[in-house]
This record gives sequence, C-alpha cells and structure tokens, in this order.
Amino acid sequence: MISLRKKEETIKKEFNQLNSWEEKYEYLIDLGGNLSKKSDEFRSDKRLIHGCQSRIWLDAEIKESRIFFDADGDALLPRGMAALMIYVYSGVFPFEIIYSNANFIYEIGFQTFLSPIRANGMFLFLKKIKFYAMAFNTKISIELNNKKRK
Amino acid sequence: MFSEKEIRKIRNKFPILKEKVYSNPLIYIDNAATTQKPIEVIRASQEYYSRINANVHRGLHYLSQKTTIQVENTREKIQKFIHAKYSSEIIFTKGTTESINLVASSISFLIDKGDEIIISCSEHHSNIVPWQIICEKKGAILKIIPIYENGSLNLEKFELLISKRTRIVSICHISNVLGIINPIKNIIDKSHKYGALVLIDGAQAPSNIDLNMQDLNTDFYVFSAHKMYGPTGIGILYGKKEILENIPPYQFGGEMIKNVSFKKTSYSDLPFKFEAGTPNIEGIIVWNSAIDFVRKIGVSKIKSYKEKLVSYAIERLNTIDGIELYGEKKDFSKKSSIVSFNLNKLHCFDVGSILDRLGISVRTGHLCAQPLMNFFKVSGMVRASFSIYNTISEIDCLFKGLLKAKKLLLKN
Repeated sequence: MISLRKKEETIKKEFNQLNSWEEKYEYLIDLGGNLSKKSDEFRSDKRLIHGCQSRIWLDAEIKESRIFFDADGDALLPRGMAALMIYVYSGVFPFEIIYSNANFIYEIGFQTFLSPIRANGMFLFLKKIKFYAMAFNTKISIELNNKKRK
Repeated sequence: MFSEKEIRKIRNKFPILKEKVYSNPLIYIDNAATTQKPIEVIRASQEYYSRINANVHRGLHYLSQKTTIQVENTREKIQKFIHAKYSSEIIFTKGTTESINLVASSISFLIDKGDEIIISCSEHHSNIVPWQIICEKKGAILKIIPIYENGSLNLEKFELLISKRTRIVSICHISNVLGIINPIKNIIDKSHKYGALVLIDGAQAPSNIDLNMQDLNTDFYVFSAHKMYGPTGIGILYGKKEILENIPPYQFGGEMIKNVSFKKTSYSDLPFKFEAGTPNIEGIIVWNSAIDFVRKIGVSKIKSYKEKLVSYAIERLNTIDGIELYGEKKDFSKKSSIVSFNLNKLHCFDVGSILDRLGISVRTGHLCAQPLMNFFKVSGMVRASFSIYNTISEIDCLFKGLLKAKKLLLKN
C-alpha cells in the first residue's frame, strides 16, 4: 500500500506535467470517469453532501485498519475532484488523513474547488473525509484497547 | 439607442470592468444577482466615511444633522423615482427579502384559518417562503398561479384561484430566472376587486422599467439598491400610507419608538415606525448617487439598450446545437435582459466553471427558484443577465465560451 504522502506527490507530478487549465480540467474529468456507475441506492440521502448546485455522495468503509472511500457526483468537475480525493485518501490509515492537510489541491491549482462556497460542496466533502477518518481511528483505538485487556 | 462610443464612456465609469480574471478581461454578466458600481457611487461611499459619518435622526450636532438631511434626501429621491405619493411611504430595509418578510409579518394579523395567499410558480424563494411560513402558522392556504412554457403567467387560472378569502397576492414584477415582465397592473386591479392586498417583488425592475406607484395602485412594492448600481444591504418597502399606518411594526427598538415606559410603549409615525435600530446610513446616502446615475442615462434608454443585448444574445445562443433556452424568445418587450439556458444536458455547474475560467461571470444553479426548476424538470440553469455596460462583443465571447465548454465537457 502506498502512503498518503506518496499519493499526493504522484498527483502533483501528474498535474504539473499539464500545461494549461484546459488540460487539467480534462484530466480531472477523466479521473471522474474512473468512478464506477452507482445505483440509486448509493445515491441516498445519508451519503449525500449538499452543495447548492451539484450533488456528491460519499461512502467509507474500513478494511484491515485502512480506510476506503467511494463516491459519485452529478456534475463532471466535482465528480473528478471527488475521484481525485478518493485516490489520495483511500487505502491509507485513518490517522494519516487526520494529520494531513489538503495543500496538494492548492498546489495543483484547484483551490477554487475548496473555497467554502455553497456551490459545489467540495469543502464539505473534504470535511466529511476527515470526519470518517476520525471516527474510524477512534473505532480502531477502542478495538486495540479491548484486545489488550483480553 | 447608444452608440459604441457612449457605451465605452459608460463602461469607463465602472473601474471593476478593467479587472482581469485568470488573465482574461472580466465579462460580468451576472447583473440579475447584483450590478457593478459606477465611480460616482464608489466616490459617494468614500465621501460618506471621510466627511459625513454620524448616527442619524438622533444627535443635534452638525454631522448628525448632515446625515439626517442626506438620508431624508434619498427617501425623497426614491419617492420621486417611483412616483409615490408621500416620502413617508418609503421604508428603508436591508433589501427586497427583508421587505417581503416585513410585510408578511406585519399583515399576518389579517390572516385567519382558511384564508388564501396567492403567489406564482416563478417566484424567487424570498417571495415563497415568508408566505409559506405565514400559511403554516395561520392555517391559511398558499395558492400558486401556474405559468405557460414561455414563462408568462396563466391569468385565466389566476382568475379561478382568486376569491373573497384571498388576503394577499404577492407576485414578482420580473422573473429573476426567465426575465419575463408580468402584467402586474392587471393582477393588481383584479386582486383589489376581491379586496386582496397586493405586493409586487420588484427586485429586478428598477432601472429596467419606469415605476409609478400611483398609476400601479399597488399596496406594497419592494426592491433593493444593489441591483440598480447602488450598494448592498439596503432596499425599500413602498407601502400605501393608509395601509402602513394600520399595520403593526415588524421589529422593535431604536428609531421606531416614540415613548417607552415599563407599562406601555408607543411607536413613531411613518416611516420611522418600521425602521427599528440604526439603519444602513451609508447605504441609503450612497444609493442617492446610484439613482442619479440611472436617471441621468434614463430608464427607457437603459431598457431599450438591454433589449438589444438580450435579443442578440438569444439569436446568437440559439444557433448552438443542443442549447435549451428557457422562457420567451421572441417578444422582447415582455422580457428584461435575462437569458437562462442549459447546454446539451451538461450540468450547469460544469458549464459555469468553464465560463469562469474564461473570465465570464454567470450565475448557475437553481437561481433561488426551485419550484420553477421543477416546472422545467431541471436541477439548475446557467443564467446570463446583462446591464448597461455590457456589449455585443461580450455576448460573442459568451457564445465562444459555450462552444469551448461543449468541446471540453462533451469529450466523455
């Protein structure tokens, strides 16, 4: 498994090879295409992150102490951004996410997606990723403590 | 009609239009959200804080008297601008939304269980929710005037909806999504026959239509300064004197008080009865300069220039394969300078994001009119709205921008 830091470096390298904003947007849209097509059940209210314009859905699970995310979106660019974040934050330990910042998004020139405007919900998407990481990290700690006691 | 030279002269009054967005010249076509401010307005704002600032109506000192005179000058200017009978019929508020909330709250004592309130399908949320809340509280019924595909109100249905139980009809003068100009005089007259009050949400109207409250004979008319080249955070409620005198205040304290004891409080006369707390003094005074700006150019000249822009925009955008334009597309006398559309079923957020990268500011989303989005069965739209400083060549840039958006977004 690759660490979160290494994944961020990979993303930065890939985006830095793209010269224009058009290429970056196209690449982002392509990334969004990697997300599998989701059922209506996946697009339920409990996974929905409300942005006032485009909607995105986020799900998380934990396998062998690592966190895995899945997402969907109804607009191409937020969907691409969701795919990007999922690539970076999936398969890492929750504590890595807790102690990370999202600077790589600024460094690849997509800071506008993270401004706390209501339009796209990406700010809340990132917040929810952190929230899941904290919740799962707590779960892992409790399980470890219980094992020690036994 | 303006020559190119005249438009250039007007554009030069707006410093923000020289800004670059991602190295592109700014093309600001989100004027239905708010307009940019001319240099006269910007200077007036600086002048206010540099030379005039003091609290209003209360102090006897020089500056307080100066602010008081200037605030009341603006009130009188607005009275003349909208041809109201008395200046005391002009109540300063935070803006259109607060004005509607004020009326909804203050007339709620007139509404009983089973009474009716009528709005239309094409209202802004600000002219839906306050009435919905009153209906919930009072057990009243909210009735909706349907619209035709071109956005115009179905007046035959309106006549079937209105009854002796209708207490208020609250309709926009111009739809903020479709730009359609509603036949409000007709609605006002019909509503009055049934004894209903009428509120006109005029948010999109001033500087687009000459307003005459006495001719319209509306009971309430509301709008904001910031959509007519003035500052944000200030607007008005126009209300007929005899009605305003007979409805209770909305908020309490400050300017609206005549006498206070722990047993009883009495209220000031109009307009102060409805102006609790320190008002947005700067906003009011600066608005004066915005009205001068509009009057100097002339509302009818502004309207005819915008008509030219909107007709060109519709004609040009309509040639894009896969574009869906909403609302009236032919009769521009019934339409203000708003064009809402979707492109090849692409999400409006994506289209707006590409236009933004090209320096083109449009509004995207449900445009604060979700029921209207439901009518057209879409989650959102892209809205271009033009102002006096926009040009034909900017519309050409929008056209090219949309072609570029299609190229980038439709690859997948």
